[in-house]
Amino acid sequence: MQWNSVGEFLAMGGYALYVWGSFGACLVLMVVEPFLASRRLREVRRSLIRERLADELESQQRTQ
Amino acid sequence: MRQSLIHWFKYGSPQSFYPLAGRMIPWFWAAAALFGIAGLWISFFVAPTDAQQGEGYRIIFVHVPASWMSMFIYLVMAFWAGLGLALNTRVSAMMAQALAPTGALMAALSLLTGAFWGKPMWGTWWVWDARLTSELILFFLYLGFMALQAAIDDPRRADKAGAILALVGVVNIPIIYFSVKWWNTLHQGSTINLTKAPSMAQTMLWGMLLMALAFWMYSIAVALMRVRAIILERERHTEWVKHAVE
Repeated sequence: MQWNSVGEFLAMGGYALYVWGSFGACLVLMVVEPFLASRRLREVRRSLIRERLADELESQQRTQ
Repeated sequence: MRQSLIHWFKYGSPQSFYPLAGRMIPWFWAAAALFGIAGLWISFFVAPTDAQQGEGYRIIFVHVPASWMSMFIYLVMAFWAGLGLALNTRVSAMMAQALAPTGALMAALSLLTGAFWGKPMWGTWWVWDARLTSELILFFLYLGFMALQAAIDDPRRADKAGAILALVGVVNIPIIYFSVKWWNTLHQGSTINLTKAPSMAQTMLWGMLLMALAFWMYSIAVALMRVRAIILERERHTEWVKHAVE
């Protein structure tokens, strides 16, 4: 290992902005994208469930 | 042979692909995490300081995997789109649609990390150089594919239009790949070459390959998550979807 301290690791030999900027951009986008994808799935599932409940309610009313 | 063919056609239907994708997703996330942790460990703690670029070269561990994935996902997307166009299979068109945003993300990351690397090493965030420009065009191809599909209301027609755009755009991939050879560019030549031994330290190579695997597993996991949503959205009027959500 080439780092003697945490500060030295964070400084990245003077390239901190560029190295952490790159890795940070990857981290941020790769957290946001799965979040958006799972939200899209949750939303369509929720609307399908709502739709089915409405159908059930309607058929119940019809039989009454 | 025939048995296995039936097997594949079975998973080609949205109804059987939906639960299969759901079962596969956690495994791809686990693989992405494992490769990612190993890759990051090598990137920061094992790979030595570069003689010329100091610690700045460590951007390679995200820049190269993102760039590879941006090109590879495009090929896979065009393949599925083309298959959907030729055989009129529903899941393949949905798969192409699910891959586009992830491909766009990889192209964006390639450009972003490239800018972060270009600034300290070349003294500029951006140049209109063959490699950079063709990668930017790739990013716009992804956006164009997504916009075109979103603009057409009938999903089957949207699939067809998108597939043609995706297939025509494939011509850009060899242009990106060979740009560093065909033109005199600021961008360095390829680090890894199929015909020559890699021009880098073994540990650096391992770090890069592990990170590439992590990006690969990530892309599969997130594309499968998205394809599940697309399947439900587009099949919502079928009987099986009504029973698929509890």
